[in-house]
Amino acid sequence: MKRLASIAFATAIALFLQGCAGWQSALDPKGPAASELAWLIWFFTGLCAVVWVLVMAALAVPLMMRSRERLEPLVLDAGADNRKLRVVMTAVGLTAVILVGLTLLSFFANRTLAAIGSDAALTIRVTGHQWWWEVRYEDATPSRILTTANEIHIPAGEPVRLLLTSTDVIHSFWVPSLSGKLDLIPGRMNVLDIKADKPGVYRGQCAEFCGAQHANMGTFIIAEPRAKFDAWWNDQLQPAAAPSNDEAKTGEDLFLKRPCVMCHKIGGTPAGGTVAPDLTHVASRQTLAAGTLTMSRGNLAAWIADPQGVKPGSHMPVVDLSGDELNAIVAYLEGLK
Amino acid sequence: MKPAAATLLLAILALAACQREERDTRPQSALGSGEQPTPVTTLEPGGQRPSPTDNKAASFEANAFHLSEGKRLFGWFNCSGCHANGGGGMGPALMDEKWIYGSSMESIHATIRDGRPNGMPSFRDKIPDDQIWELAAFVRSLSGNAPSSAAPSRNDDMMVHPSENRMPDAATLGKSP
Repeated sequence: MKRLASIAFATAIALFLQGCAGWQSALDPKGPAASELAWLIWFFTGLCAVVWVLVMAALAVPLMMRSRERLEPLVLDAGADNRKLRVVMTAVGLTAVILVGLTLLSFFANRTLAAIGSDAALTIRVTGHQWWWEVRYEDATPSRILTTANEIHIPAGEPVRLLLTSTDVIHSFWVPSLSGKLDLIPGRMNVLDIKADKPGVYRGQCAEFCGAQHANMGTFIIAEPRAKFDAWWNDQLQPAAAPSNDEAKTGEDLFLKRPCVMCHKIGGTPAGGTVAPDLTHVASRQTLAAGTLTMSRGNLAAWIADPQGVKPGSHMPVVDLSGDELNAIVAYLEGLK
Repeated sequence: MKPAAATLLLAILALAACQREERDTRPQSALGSGEQPTPVTTLEPGGQRPSPTDNKAASFEANAFHLSEGKRLFGWFNCSGCHANGGGGMGPALMDEKWIYGSSMESIHATIRDGRPNGMPSFRDKIPDDQIWELAAFVRSLSGNAPSSAAPSRNDDMMVHPSENRMPDAATLGKSP
């Protein structure tokens, strides 16, 4: 029975620790900022654990010891008093050294974090909305400025500067595998520098409660080799793909005639709304509605048919569409690679 | 026994304050946009038209959630492009007491849905019907035609006019009765 319990306990611990790995974990760092922070977390935790054990031991020892009665209570024992004073002063001194040491460590870690993006060549403006992320790639050439949503592609191994702001309430940008969190504040620009050491997909999450769908406000950082990143940027700058068949053509017409056009933009068509995610290359993204659904024909249809069922309170309204109209619009959007 | 009864009574009274306005984010769209006729005149051949059975206007006009959604949509759909922030520009002012086509929810809904001569475009099929009702409710609040307990308050950004819940009440024009 005892054996069974210990096996169950070990399994539970193993499963629990499994949560520390993966694409969204501060304890599984994939960039210099996150490594620095993870090292700080472990060092602080380790040192504090040692101090805690020592303090507990110092308290336990006198409890265990048998108390000796002094032979002559009135006679002063200068030697014993000095020994006690030395022990207390040593403890006070060590505490001071540890506190100053940890402060210095934290200070130098902050310096390292601040230095990561000092030579960043790429600047991305991230704007928080209820409940999605607008991503704008800055460039000196205006025609190369790119606006997309919810997925941030970056070149691996290069520092990237993120300018964070918001249009409605305070959000917070947090990709635990790459860096610490920083708030997106309306009317203010915060600067966060990130760097991914290796190509990969890292999940991020809004980390400041921002309303009903705060939990469904995810983002993905996709780090790619430089050549692949440049190719991606060039692809995204192209206008939307023309509808490839009759159904998709009908879908495009419906998109432009129905409420979709009031909020969304599709490059190369008259649809130019900027208050909702840019859909020019929506089908090239991995997820829908800020990481709520994976990208698929079925999920696209589900999202358009009943956004308030998938993400209650979101600003995407329920639009009155017939089944055929819905299918046509989905067929069109599915082709926007 | 008496203190227990008093506590219970107080608790019941306190809990009564927890009542919260319902947020209807998924309205029934069975009627669709543009299917309900909204009379723009009381003249009707063959006698009176039967009054509509669903009372949509009433469920929107004093609801704080719908009013604030209307305010958001007013900005999103660029109503201020012509009407400014209610003060008027290319389009007529919305915050005064003059109504060319009537001040009722139904009239404003019809104006937005079907358009009006001399510039007001029709938003039929472009804006879901319930959002038109939300916009109509907000437009009324611009001129003090919404209860101040439900009308939107402070803006998140620069204020161009006093918030809608501080507009003088249209019925008394701000004068004490």
